[in-house]
Amino acid sequence: MKYTYYPGCSLRGTGRAYEESLLAVFRALDIELEELDDWNCCGATTYMSYDELKSYALAARNLALAKKAEHDLMAPCAACYLVLNKTQHYVEDYPWIGQIVSNALVTIGLPDSIKVKVRHPLDILLNDVGLDAIKKRVTRPLNGLKVAPYYGCQIVRPYAVFDNQRNPTSMDRLLEACGAKPTYYPVKTNCCGGSQKGTLPEVGLDLIRHLLAEARRNGAEVISTVCPLCQFNLEVFQDQAAANSHKFGMPVLYFTQLLAVAFGLPLREAGFQRSFINIKPVLAEKEIAYV
Amino acid sequence: MEIKRIVKFEAERDPAFAHWISHTVGGERIRHCLQCGLCSGSCPLSLYMDYTPRRLMHLSREGFKEEVLGSYTIWLCTCCYACMVECPKNINITHLMYALKTRAIEEHFYPKHFAIPVLAREFSRMIHDSGRITESWLVMRVLLKTAFWRLFGFTRLGLRLFRTGRMRLATERIERREEIARLLEAVDQTKQEMAR
Repeated sequence: MKYTYYPGCSLRGTGRAYEESLLAVFRALDIELEELDDWNCCGATTYMSYDELKSYALAARNLALAKKAEHDLMAPCAACYLVLNKTQHYVEDYPWIGQIVSNALVTIGLPDSIKVKVRHPLDILLNDVGLDAIKKRVTRPLNGLKVAPYYGCQIVRPYAVFDNQRNPTSMDRLLEACGAKPTYYPVKTNCCGGSQKGTLPEVGLDLIRHLLAEARRNGAEVISTVCPLCQFNLEVFQDQAAANSHKFGMPVLYFTQLLAVAFGLPLREAGFQRSFINIKPVLAEKEIAYV
Repeated sequence: MEIKRIVKFEAERDPAFAHWISHTVGGERIRHCLQCGLCSGSCPLSLYMDYTPRRLMHLSREGFKEEVLGSYTIWLCTCCYACMVECPKNINITHLMYALKTRAIEEHFYPKHFAIPVLAREFSRMIHDSGRITESWLVMRVLLKTAFWRLFGFTRLGLRLFRTGRMRLATERIERREEIARLLEAVDQTKQEMAR
């Protein structure tokens, strides 16, 4: 199995632990990843509100480069995953947008075909690797660790490619295969506010507080995320969100970090040293061995 | 007590705006809107909005430009696509929010020192120059231009992020940066040709 890998900007910054754990897990499963040659920023939600057409062109450059590489393109960041998918849809649905985008691609000497499958690691792990292969690789089961599975918005919406839009379960199933116990988490696809913690702080913080409170209310011991911005918001602003009430103290991890623990990979290889909230007390309490 | 008229008169509408919204990308079906309210009900931000998405759809298609572009709604939208998934008439509400934001930025319909348009501008500038985003610099640039005093509040957090290697001062850059400039220029060019 081989995929072209599109890390995206966040995985080189605040979301480094996502990249580290993802690469470690894929290595452990013998899946080959090749980084996309000279990839650029996908534009995310921010560029889309600044100039829609240019944002399609930016995403299309990555898609055209990936097309040359001839493997499916894996995008772990929710925003990248959505923007790349969305660009393909709009180029197809609106021929005049397609014309603008292909003109732009030709100008920089790229082929104007952007038809390459964009995949999320959840999709690859579940549908290409399969739960059986994952179960076989588990050496340190997560002993019923209660995990709130938090998907956020842009993985399954608006294009339900591999999971249900209203009640996704792909991460639940992966975590179960590792011996964890996904909790009831009715806000699993609610929005974390994205960049609003920075731009409209009182609103952003309120959304973050709600997500954390729901996890606590449903008995979660950790929250598992699939997006660098969700992870950042829920972890880094946890104390601010708690304000005067009692602190959450809730580790917020990437799902790949939990897989890494279950695979018996060293915590350092999976980026745990970058966490603000220590996972070790929770692992000790659940008698999950780690290195 | 301030007495204000809460109902709009027809003469206050801007028909050109109504025409624009139903002809812009994503707005093709806006006239099919049933006003059912599933968008507002599914919107996690509607609790904070002055006009909920349902009301905003109605105001836009009827041409109440000032109310729409001047509302907090378009800035509160985080583009989570919940409304779009629920809409029984397949109106691309999320995309319309993007279009309205772009229009508001173009026409300067936002409070002074408002962070979101500044973020959009700095974000696009950084992509133009480097091809990628370096989060640390982006945050600093936006704060300097909007609320520099908040930088001091970020020192503890910033230090922690640097210590854990989650923020770095080195800028992320792509190799063929000139391609990005040419790519973006080409978009403008084709757009102009099409307009002619």
